[in-house]
Amino acid sequence: MMAEINPVPIWLTVKLSIWTTIILLIIGVPLSYYLAYTKSKLGLVIEALTTLPLVLPPTVLGFYLLLLLSKNGIIGSVWYRLFDYQLVFHFEGIVIASVIYSLPMMVHPLTSGFRSVPRNIIEASWTLGKSKIETLFRVILPNMKASVLTGIVLSFAHTIGEFGVVLMVGGNIEGQTRVVSIAIYDAVEAIDYKTAHVYAGLLFVASFISLAMLYAINRRWSL
Amino acid sequence: MIRARVKKLLHGFDGDFWLDAELEVRGTEFLVILGQSGSGKTTLLRCIAGLETPEEGYIEVDGEVWFDSKRRINLPPQRRNVGFVFQDYALFPNMTVLENVMYGMRKKDKDRAIELLRMAGLEGLKDKKPDKLSGGQKQRVALLRALAKEPKVLLLDEPLSALDPDLRLELQKELRNFQKNASIPALMVSHDKEETLRLADRVIRIHKGKIVEEGEPQRILADAQATLVSKRENHREVILTLKLEGKLVEMRVDKESL
Repeated sequence: MMAEINPVPIWLTVKLSIWTTIILLIIGVPLSYYLAYTKSKLGLVIEALTTLPLVLPPTVLGFYLLLLLSKNGIIGSVWYRLFDYQLVFHFEGIVIASVIYSLPMMVHPLTSGFRSVPRNIIEASWTLGKSKIETLFRVILPNMKASVLTGIVLSFAHTIGEFGVVLMVGGNIEGQTRVVSIAIYDAVEAIDYKTAHVYAGLLFVASFISLAMLYAINRRWSL
Repeated sequence: MIRARVKKLLHGFDGDFWLDAELEVRGTEFLVILGQSGSGKTTLLRCIAGLETPEEGYIEVDGEVWFDSKRRINLPPQRRNVGFVFQDYALFPNMTVLENVMYGMRKKDKDRAIELLRMAGLEGLKDKKPDKLSGGQKQRVALLRALAKEPKVLLLDEPLSALDPDLRLELQKELRNFQKNASIPALMVSHDKEETLRLADRVIRIHKGKIVEEGEPQRILADAQATLVSKRENHREVILTLKLEGKLVEMRVDKESL
């Protein structure tokens, strides 16, 4: 039965999740650091904005992202001028959409992690002559490992399972944007329940393993 | 030598007040800042370390200006060469004892760090993480870590208050020895009378942000008076509750010894 299953959507899903998680980690650390320690009111606005993808229907987010990333959109037009192809209906487009969609999955655990690190060990590092960057990498991040790993696992798992935003921005293009969740939808529409079962089972197992890992991490590193 | 003049608005539980204090510490002098909780003594220490910024003032250590509100000079804590010891140790949980001590060294010198640990009787614990240490061991490591970077001044924020009395006595002696060996001035925040008598060369007492007394420890502390709040007894002891420097202290006296 496995021989009949197209592995491309599986590979694409894994690739999308890895890229999304890496980009989210790079964006998430400085953003969460700012949100955790700022006293500015702007911090509240940014925190609310990063949480929006949690409560908005994926179609709403997908619709706005489609407008932004399309050839005439603010981001899409720049991309088109630089690379001569449009972001929507391409892998790069769904990576950007996934990053925005999964932003709270990375930012929330990291922000709580930053807030949980005792202030005095941060100040101790400063008084010992270490810069804020060195303190971040040598003191703060190593003492919030559980939050960093939670952010990574949640972002990865959330991206594996996303459907609406990817469909709106990427459509259903073989090898470019047809990830497993869309392939399931496709198979069900074609009344190919066997394929749908295999893909759905894979997502089920992957999501279960991710969550089991998450709980193991929390048990290992939380107080 | 430390010269500091600090003015900063503080928010107390019974309203705002100004911390407005001026002090000078010379040579290897050990200055203890006494005062009730919320009087501004810790803030004064944190301003010197650069962890808080005064609204107005001037801080100079060994001729180097660390803060001058008029000239808009405000060196960050990283560039003020202080050794700061926190009340709750503030050791890095992710590092071993040796890594903690070496963390602040400008030139990583493992042999010197081990020598420091040996002097404090902690060599055997060098590969342990802080969560495996007792309170006294943690505070020794915190003190060594602060001294290992060879600071120009030692700032101590009630470093011994979390320890039991016997251990406190032992560490007071060690603290004084280490400070004298390092030949640097020390400023310590405390609210403990006995500790102040043992350690201080000079004492300043702060009340609501203002220095209200300054002088030799014996003279300053002789003025402190205790008032009896209540007296009760059980079959074995007489239990006296005294008010000392604004705090309630319970004293138990064995009836047989009376």
